Amino acid sequence: MTVIVVVLMVVFGIAGWWLSQQRLMSKPWLEAGSVAAFPGTESGSMPMAKVGLGVFLAVVGCLFALFTSAYSMRMEYADWSAPPVPPLLWINTGILLLSSVALHCALIAARNGQTELVRLGLATAGLTAIAFLIGQIVVWRELEANGHFLTANPANAFFYLITGMHGLHILGGLAGLARTTSRAWGPDPAPAKLTLSVELCAMYWHFLLIVWLALFLVLAGWAERFIGVCRQLLT
Amino acid sequence: MVDVTPGAIDGIPPAEVPEMDLYHPHSWWTKYVFSQDAKVIAIQYSGTAIAIGMVALVLSWLMRLQLGFPGTFDFITPEAYYQFITMHGMIMVVYLLTALFLGGFGNYLIPLMVGARDMVFPYANMLSYWIYLLAVLVLVASFFAPGGPTGAGWTLYPPQAIMSGTPGGQQSGIILMLVSLILFVIGFTMGGLNYVVTVLQARTRGMTLMRLPLTVWGIFTATVMALLAFPALLVACIMMLFDRLLGTSFFMPAVVELGQQLQTNGGSPILFQHLFWFFGHPEVYIVALPAFGIVSDLISTHARKNIFGYRMMVWAIVGIGALSFIVWAHHMYVSGMDPYFGFFFATTTLIIAVPTAIKVYNWVLTLWRGDIHLTIPMLFALAFIVTFVNGGLTGLFLGNVVVDVPLSDTMFVVAHFHMVMGVAPITVIFGAIYHWYPKITGRMLNQALGQFHFWMTFVGAYLIFFPMHYVGLMGVPRRYSELGDMALMTESAHQLNAFISIMAFIVGFAQLVFLFNLIWSIRHGKEAGPNPWRATTLEWQTEHTPPQHGNFGKQLPIVYRWAYDYSVPGAKEDFIAQNDPGEYGSPGGHA
Repeated sequence: MTVIVVVLMVVFGIAGWWLSQQRLMSKPWLEAGSVAAFPGTESGSMPMAKVGLGVFLAVVGCLFALFTSAYSMRMEYADWSAPPVPPLLWINTGILLLSSVALHCALIAARNGQTELVRLGLATAGLTAIAFLIGQIVVWRELEANGHFLTANPANAFFYLITGMHGLHILGGLAGLARTTSRAWGPDPAPAKLTLSVELCAMYWHFLLIVWLALFLVLAGWAERFIGVCRQLLT
Repeated sequence: MVDVTPGAIDGIPPAEVPEMDLYHPHSWWTKYVFSQDAKVIAIQYSGTAIAIGMVALVLSWLMRLQLGFPGTFDFITPEAYYQFITMHGMIMVVYLLTALFLGGFGNYLIPLMVGARDMVFPYANMLSYWIYLLAVLVLVASFFAPGGPTGAGWTLYPPQAIMSGTPGGQQSGIILMLVSLILFVIGFTMGGLNYVVTVLQARTRGMTLMRLPLTVWGIFTATVMALLAFPALLVACIMMLFDRLLGTSFFMPAVVELGQQLQTNGGSPILFQHLFWFFGHPEVYIVALPAFGIVSDLISTHARKNIFGYRMMVWAIVGIGALSFIVWAHHMYVSGMDPYFGFFFATTTLIIAVPTAIKVYNWVLTLWRGDIHLTIPMLFALAFIVTFVNGGLTGLFLGNVVVDVPLSDTMFVVAHFHMVMGVAPITVIFGAIYHWYPKITGRMLNQALGQFHFWMTFVGAYLIFFPMHYVGLMGVPRRYSELGDMALMTESAHQLNAFISIMAFIVGFAQLVFLFNLIWSIRHGKEAGPNPWRATTLEWQTEHTPPQHGNFGKQLPIVYRWAYDYSVPGAKEDFIAQNDPGEYGSPGGHA
């Protein structure tokens, strides 16, 4: 359960830093009066949807940290044999990276008010994300064809489960991306709303990319080797 | 869809909201059924939670029939008994307490208390309720499925949960249970995001974090914890569903069942226990923290005195929330894990008692020399303090490995968690309902029926659960439908069991009086007026009672002080509302 505890520490660290800005040491019983006297303690001015997405990403982060925790706990058993890493996974990772870059370009274009470029970026991001999902399914078929079935051993089951959950999250993101895209093609895309909408998509995409890179490290066994090296250095 | 909050991109909602910006539903369906108003959603959540809670109450009666009078009732087979305890526990913990505190009180109180017009994502809030309802319906459906609901115990430990010896294990019972939990987590996440972001972003002007009523602090922190802890339950449920439906071996070791080698092999049952209790222990505080917050407000209001040590109370809530994530394995001392782990978790368990004790001291010191009005909310709040201390003390016993090992899986544990997690939060729920009912309906609950309900519940609950500690100390294990004439089942254990069962029936029937009071008072209760308890917080200062859609009429209140200005020397009345500017200028004349 080390992974989830570490992730929680990060979440608590951010929450604690934010709380420390909120004058938790103040004595409210002595401080009646207009709030203008206490700057920085009003409701935040960030867009609500952005804060909402931030909180949601913390939840998603916990979810994947828990899967990883379960994975690493099971890995310690003697009979563990992880499936090989199909080379196609590298290509898929590249495609997902491309998708994230495209969305980031769309975001910059949206900030500059270049509607055509926004549309191009959104379309590219959507298509590459779909390509990533298809690529993942091909990886599954490949593994199955080589006899690494879901039920053959727990390592295989974890591989399918974790990649599947990540794919489901991409699929959910595609629904949000579809809404944004239809807004970009709409008759009168309100620039502020569109920019926010693209920004939310970009946040989600970058987060899922980072999650994927972490999962890739774990599933390919490099995370384990890295920790092993660290341990040796320490002892 | 039109948002009530004027556009999700604006930061702080402006104080003035023109009439047409408020989304007013026009048809009966959008007003009362598919409503996006947090207050309606709160009532829907509460109604559903109480309804399914009544089912769990009846299940507890059936269980007590068997334990008190073993062998008398033919229809309670051992399998049926397992199904009763499983469903009773699961419903009470997840579908009643969590849903009622966060979905019910959270939805009703957060927007009103922080001075917002509604939750920030009303549409997701509505979806949250409907997914919760679907989860409840799937759960209820398992009663009618072939083989009945699952009988795996509320902890659903594998491998037994998905094997043929357990009721519902190889039939649809366990599948429906897991699907229902997955739905619950998804629905809760939608609601939880709303509660958190509303507190972070939609507080009215002047409502700093340190001016929030403790009720909001409690519900807010509990929601953050729930958002971080429920994924563990989700992960456990998904993996077990894979094991059950697709034949994977996440949790299933190699098993020989009735001489047959099963297909599974290599799974780790203890992995499930870690995941389950990583959710399960924060869950205790997810239920307790809203109760802590609410009880602080009840005590302060009904003792006409400011809360003692407000800052300390806030820090304790946050501290308990963080600490509760590193105590989970104290539920697993007897699971065969590394003994050094047990030592670590026993230490953290004892540490978490410190902030909890601070809260108890502060409640007592708030009462000290207060102008205590023994209203029904106050009676329930006092009952909570006593019960929580009792249950908490036995928790300290069980948190120590050497004491826990002999007491584990006895009725002592059952008595402990029913005191601390059953009776204590339920008394707060009752107190809160008696306290806020006048705001929700505009009428008071009947006083005499309330007194009857309180004394029957309080005394009755002690008559049920105190003897249960003794039964546990005699060594009577939990989870057995019948122990026959084993040596540990002495004559006195039998008598105590029968006594507990009779009391359980009496207390259960007293709850029907409460339900009758709830329904009868909607029409026949005494008119309450806007602020019957003369309380300071914003929900009592609304233009209309009950508050209308948009909560605060045309202008949002501006907050000038904290929530606990009771009996201020020199003030006109014995309370000063949070939006009373006093000497700091006129309302609306905000700098």
